[in-house]
Amino acid sequence: MSTTATAPETGAAPSGRRSRFELPPWAEKAFIPVFLVVVAVLPFGMSSGGTLIGNATLALAYVIMALGLNVVVGFAGLLDLGYVAFFAIGAYTMGWLGSGFFAEVNHQTGVHIGVSGFASHLPGIHLNFFLVLVFAVLFTTIAGMLIGLPTLRLRGDYIAIVTLAFGEIIGRIAVNGDEIKLSGVPLLGGVLENTFGKDQTFTAGRQGITPVDKIDVPFVDPFTSLNLRPWYWVALFLVAIVLFVNFRVRDSRLGRAWIALREDEVAAVAMGVPSVKTKLLAYGTGAAFGGVAGAYLGSFLNTVNADQFQFYFSILVLGMVILGGLGSIWGVVLGAITLSFINNWLIPDVLNSLPGDFGLDFDMTQITFAIYGFLLVIMMILRPQGLLPERRRAEEMTHGEETSSETLYTARA
Amino acid sequence: MEAASVPAARSTAPGQAVRNFIAKYGLIVVLLIMPVVFAIQDITSETDNLSRLGNNLVAGVSNGAIWALVAIGYTLVYGIVELINFAHGEVFMIGSFVAAGFLATIGLTQDTGTGLLIVGLLITLPVAMLGSGLLNTMIERVAYRPLRSAPKLAPLITAVGFSFILQNVGLLWRGGSQQGIPDLIRSQHELINISGVQISNGDILAVCVTIPLLLAMTTFIGQSRLGKAMRATAQDPDAARLMGINVDTTISLTFLIGGMLAGAGGLIYALYQTTIWYFQGFTAGLVAFTAAVMGGIGNIRGAVLGGFIIGFIQQMSDNRIGAEWTPAIVFVYLILIMVFKPSGLLGEETREAG
Repeated sequence: MSTTATAPETGAAPSGRRSRFELPPWAEKAFIPVFLVVVAVLPFGMSSGGTLIGNATLALAYVIMALGLNVVVGFAGLLDLGYVAFFAIGAYTMGWLGSGFFAEVNHQTGVHIGVSGFASHLPGIHLNFFLVLVFAVLFTTIAGMLIGLPTLRLRGDYIAIVTLAFGEIIGRIAVNGDEIKLSGVPLLGGVLENTFGKDQTFTAGRQGITPVDKIDVPFVDPFTSLNLRPWYWVALFLVAIVLFVNFRVRDSRLGRAWIALREDEVAAVAMGVPSVKTKLLAYGTGAAFGGVAGAYLGSFLNTVNADQFQFYFSILVLGMVILGGLGSIWGVVLGAITLSFINNWLIPDVLNSLPGDFGLDFDMTQITFAIYGFLLVIMMILRPQGLLPERRRAEEMTHGEETSSETLYTARA
Repeated sequence: MEAASVPAARSTAPGQAVRNFIAKYGLIVVLLIMPVVFAIQDITSETDNLSRLGNNLVAGVSNGAIWALVAIGYTLVYGIVELINFAHGEVFMIGSFVAAGFLATIGLTQDTGTGLLIVGLLITLPVAMLGSGLLNTMIERVAYRPLRSAPKLAPLITAVGFSFILQNVGLLWRGGSQQGIPDLIRSQHELINISGVQISNGDILAVCVTIPLLLAMTTFIGQSRLGKAMRATAQDPDAARLMGINVDTTISLTFLIGGMLAGAGGLIYALYQTTIWYFQGFTAGLVAFTAAVMGGIGNIRGAVLGGFIIGFIQQMSDNRIGAEWTPAIVFVYLILIMVFKPSGLLGEETREAG
């Protein structure tokens, strides 16, 4: 991938103490077009329906997700262990608004807005993918802020646990949602029954909502699973938007407020940073990116299945952020691409039979998460600032004691 | 946050009384919702009486004993290093696995006589405890000690990492599906029946193992020199070090004790549920953590109380709402506690949860 092109940035000294030479501040932004152009031409070197381009597309979707989590964990310093919730909400938005799931809607003729071709004749709600994206962003932003609310009074690891609990609750609702009949909802049951029919459930549980509508771009041939190049470019288009927003927001007043809160909450509040609003915006922004990626993956993977939304996915995304470097945008891009390829290609396709070759009785895929766990431990002990560290964050991670005392083990041993 | 809340606390707004009431009793009211609603349901329904709630309570206490043992591990560790030991649930799981493996090795079966069975269990208990305790100490040494001066995020992330590693160890050890183990104590066998409330072998085992262990531990922490060192380190590590306390050893000891209790919990769990699997630690860890927070993290009595309450809530939910919803309900409680009273039932206001 294009990651080789980021090599100059690894010039930061291995110890993270002082960079031997530093790139000028505009360099990382100037790199955006280079990155986008290089990544955009890559599919011409791949077969259009092969696994390589499939994995590359997945990697791009993960980049969006990791950049979203980076806003919450990297910029604002709020450890979110329930990020999968936003993947789930985004994916279900796609599933609800872009499939035949609500088959009874509009007397079984369906609702169609902005869709053409095959999907426009099917029952169910079918909105154009980009319209669904708007809804996904809306829903996940609201959900992100709601999840943020109870954590406002809390700090540090308590936030991690509350967000984890939320992620698990959403996962449970996704799994058990096939037992919830919309007609049985208190108060609204009658209205919902008239709209969605008597047996309409909330989610499809482990069975999954499938098939999901393909992305529908006006004036472009319909997307198919045989030619993945259009999928790839749409993902790249989303990555471009998300990257742009990330850089702009990070350098804005809001982004600086996040960093100030992360470094020392008491000092930041004393300087007039509105802590509640700033934190909620961090949750909301991070969640919105997760929703975009979720809706995209729902369409790309052609299924919205409750089994996708488990705790380990949150850790997978967190692993991408940590591997690349907390708070470092290019680092997170690199981390997401690396871990995505490790997850979807290296472990299942290349190394899978390795233990068997040594006479051991298991596959590599079985211990995927032990590998991630090991990666997290090693990264935290040996290189907590990540592969491409962000200068400021690296200083916090390696010279922790010199910055805020509030977020540290104060004088612990 | 503190800066913003100071003026609010001094003003005498009309909502202040309500806010004080919520702060004081909100959590207790939230906790009472489920038992009260179900009690009213039972009394008004034709077929049930309060014995159903009584059965929930008994099963809740014996399950709660397991959660209490695990929750103490969280609370002790949090009290001393202010870290949520995320891998603790997995330590509990490994305790179950060690216990199950050892019971199979020494050849206890369902046909073993009562006397021999008790001897066997008495040998297994320290083995499981030691296995888990040493594992927990090792985790501290490898994953937390190098990061003591790092930001808090770092050890929490290594804790999550270790939790995954241990889960996969369990997965390779016993396979990916739930495994039945011999029902040595016939855990569901009804021993006593008090007007419809059944007390089974498993309940007796849970209480008989937990209470002596809790007593031994509180005595150790309250009376012994090392226990004193633990309390001193929890209060102020620097001052403790100046007084000649070896802080590193004391922290290791805390992890050892926490791990040992989790191992005992693992043994009870294996015998009570008669199934074990590699994923049991994840849920158990979160449930026990909820218990520790409910009681007030850092507070041992609180952890025990929280364990029993969570056990009761779980049983009611299993029995009446559906076992598939139980984890979600426990997590809802966790969030409610965080909203209403992050310091828990018995805890004091701390910096983290203020």
